[in-house]
Amino acid sequence: MTYIAKPKLGHPQAAVNDLGYTRRYYEGSISTLCAGCGHDSISAAIIQAFFELSVEPHRVAKLSGIGCSSKTPTYFLGSSHGLNSVHGRMPSVLTGANLANRELIYLGVSGDGDSASIGLGQFAHALRRGVNMVYIVENNGVYGLTKGQFSATADKGSKSKRGVVNSDSSIDLVGLALQLGSSFVARGFSGDKNQLVPLLKAAIQYPGAAFIDVISPCVTFNNHAGSTKSYDYIREHNEVVNRLDYIPRRSEITADYAAGSVEEVRQHDGSVIRLHKVAEDYDPYDRVGAMNYLHAHAAKGEIVTGLLYMERDAEDLHTHLNTVKLPLNSLNEKELCPGSAALEAFNTGLR
Amino acid sequence: MKALEAVNDFVVKFANVNGSGSASANALFAKSILRMGVPVSPRNIFPSNIQGLPTWYEVRVSGRGWLGRRGGVDLMVAMNPQTWDQDVREISPGGYLFYDSTKPLPPNKLRDDIRVIGMPLTQLCNRTYSDSRQRQLFKNIIYVGALGALLDIDDEVMRALVVEQFRGKEALVESNLKAMKMGRDYALAEFGCPLGLRVERSDAVGDRIFLEGNSAAALGAVYGGATVCAWYPITPSSSVAEGFERHCRRFRRDPDDGSARYAIIQAEDELASIGMVIGAAWNGARAFTATSGPGISLMQEFLGFAYFAEIPAVIFDVQRGGPSTGMPTRTQQSDLLACAYASHGDTKHVLLFPEDPKEAFEMGAAAFDLADRLQTPVFVMLDLDIGMNERLCEPLSWDDGQHYDRGKVVTREMLERGESFARYLDVDKDGIPYRTYPGTHPTAGAYFTRGTTKDQYAKYSEAGPDYIENMQRLLRKLETAKELVPAPIERTREGSRVGIIYYGSTAPAMGEAFEMLESGGLSVDGLRIRAFPFSDRVSDFIAEHQRVFVVEQNRDGQLRTLLINECGVSPSQLVAILHYDGTPITARFIASEIAQNLVSDDRGARRAAAAG
Repeated sequence: MTYIAKPKLGHPQAAVNDLGYTRRYYEGSISTLCAGCGHDSISAAIIQAFFELSVEPHRVAKLSGIGCSSKTPTYFLGSSHGLNSVHGRMPSVLTGANLANRELIYLGVSGDGDSASIGLGQFAHALRRGVNMVYIVENNGVYGLTKGQFSATADKGSKSKRGVVNSDSSIDLVGLALQLGSSFVARGFSGDKNQLVPLLKAAIQYPGAAFIDVISPCVTFNNHAGSTKSYDYIREHNEVVNRLDYIPRRSEITADYAAGSVEEVRQHDGSVIRLHKVAEDYDPYDRVGAMNYLHAHAAKGEIVTGLLYMERDAEDLHTHLNTVKLPLNSLNEKELCPGSAALEAFNTGLR
Repeated sequence: MKALEAVNDFVVKFANVNGSGSASANALFAKSILRMGVPVSPRNIFPSNIQGLPTWYEVRVSGRGWLGRRGGVDLMVAMNPQTWDQDVREISPGGYLFYDSTKPLPPNKLRDDIRVIGMPLTQLCNRTYSDSRQRQLFKNIIYVGALGALLDIDDEVMRALVVEQFRGKEALVESNLKAMKMGRDYALAEFGCPLGLRVERSDAVGDRIFLEGNSAAALGAVYGGATVCAWYPITPSSSVAEGFERHCRRFRRDPDDGSARYAIIQAEDELASIGMVIGAAWNGARAFTATSGPGISLMQEFLGFAYFAEIPAVIFDVQRGGPSTGMPTRTQQSDLLACAYASHGDTKHVLLFPEDPKEAFEMGAAAFDLADRLQTPVFVMLDLDIGMNERLCEPLSWDDGQHYDRGKVVTREMLERGESFARYLDVDKDGIPYRTYPGTHPTAGAYFTRGTTKDQYAKYSEAGPDYIENMQRLLRKLETAKELVPAPIERTREGSRVGIIYYGSTAPAMGEAFEMLESGGLSVDGLRIRAFPFSDRVSDFIAEHQRVFVVEQNRDGQLRTLLINECGVSPSQLVAILHYDGTPITARFIASEIAQNLVSDDRGARRAAAAG
């Protein structure tokens, strides 16, 4: 971590987005994580994504659980409301918040201990329900704050800094999300910002539950030889299936790619996701195919990254519940309280 | 043998098999008496089971209007061979036994100090119906018809109820009326009707209504403006969430497009339920969960979070027998301490104690104002006895002139005007800070909510003074709460030096016990506690009496513990009267325990005086 405070004044010629905000406006307080932590790269990618999308920061609610990753929401979007809940329970708090006001953007930030160990149940059920959110797991396979114990995403055979070999099977949250019916599933790597920023932008604009597993090496406890979540190991085993551009609504779409290698997907809001196929045989609209591909590559020790699955017509929880268009938290007494006359009729039926 | 004789004052108990369809027939029986203007209080005594195990329905008929459980059985309707011996044993000497005599019973299966009424129900059914399910269902309505004749219940009233119950299903109206008539005619022809026990028209019911506390609490949540309900099924609280859904379908659909002005989530467990409630309330919606003891245990960590981060939440706790799985289908008041001090660390929570469905409705609505005003969890402490039984109570009422109190919320307009905002600063010196909803303003009012220690500006802080300031302010907030929660209700008798403190579902039995004590020459004062933190009036009441009894339905005297802990009274001042076998407390029990205690105390005093 650094002790040098950020200067109050920005560069006079700093680029501004459509709202007239500089990138600085999307930052938060200074990170207290270790220097070189993958999580800080993810925070930077989140800042970049919201800046480029020109989202009003106060229209975002950021929620997290407990752990190193869950500390990060203070390091970005300083003008957004944030909530640091209890360990493993961010998904339920986010679900409740989303029910109260369907108009905000919900960003859930969690870690592998928070989501795959103590919070596996809530992770599963929030995805099943199709809560409209971006759910990011900053996945380093290790407990940082309590100094280096394995988490449930640590690979079998992976070696801890103290030399202990993990004998438990690992949980692949991407595989699980696919199986649970998650409508948008992606995996990124904190060391590959060019891939991560567009993934985040697509997830933010996606009208349903979007899950991104971001492999994020822990420089202090899980970046040594023998670890399968180190920078070196991920770089060597990263199997990128596609790269994408996120093109907001109204932007001119220019096709300057060879036919066959690029696919453009128009979203409900008019924006476009442009997919550059890296693996020619990969189809991100095929859930079963995605699961097979993922498992086949995992068996070879490869970590598949990119936009792994996307449902074309996702529905969110509010659609399932048929809730009113206005946010529930904006309804007034007149709309909520049936009043004394209705109560009289109710009484009459009970005599 | 002298057979019991009573008019509008007796107890009928039905012994049935769970899942046999007896519930609606039995309810019709109870309601028909109510329609004759005679108060009844029915209670379901049921197992944790879907089908096959014994279940009982106990109806107390009380022209005087006593709604607590009386105890004892004057007429047993024994329809379950599994529990025959126990059921027959329970009948008071001189009482009546009504049973299905299709299969003859040896005399040793009966008693000679009771009157036995055998009716060949199975035979009648088999003769009339060919379908086996019909045989079973109509058997129930046939015995209800027979009981109508035996107890002199108005036939017109009973027929009208059948018509109401099956309105819209004309074929069922006809067939049920026919079955009921079969029972009535048989009884009139074969037995001397009415029995010594009978119902006489009265006007003791008035405009009172008959409903379950859980349904009333759920309606309170609708009137209180709740829009988010997250719950996990658990007996005896499930019918709160289900009732909320039912009421919402009726009252909360958008008139134009039918969309829902509410959201209900059946969560994966109680942790998720309370998490969703907290998330919704943090984001400015009124939200609640309904649960019972095991759910309260699971929610502890989140309750501490809501207390410390100061987020409103409403929890309906319909208490059952604990600890552990305990007695899932029996009643107790044994979650007081688990709720009052929920979570690790130093916490105190607001509890409300409704005495009946009417108060479950009122407190169910008021809890949302309190939670928003105090920015903290508020528990509505029902129990199985109030929640899952139909109870006669005053009609529900609502003042259309009242407005929701959303508490101290800083709006966009206030921020625009440049008003300052610090999330945990005690501006008004009442311990309650101001909050903003997420998404309020582009550049002002955002803050970070956390379960860790923070300073007055919501910034992370582990500094001792920040922590102390915060914890002291939370205590001040609880002091403020004392003035906002429902005040205790007092009953005073000139010159009485004995006081009785009670709460919740003990109230109906207590009212009757007061009268029993009084008729025995004991004049006592009463104080019904309706909320925690306790009003100052509670410690005054204790100080004003030489002896104070605390009557409750748990083993350890949990309210008494709270009183000792919070009011600084000496344990010797408070005598525990405890009933905790899972059945609702009775007036007979309370009166006899208190009378015995006072008499033995009196003797002790005389002995001490003689020795001195």
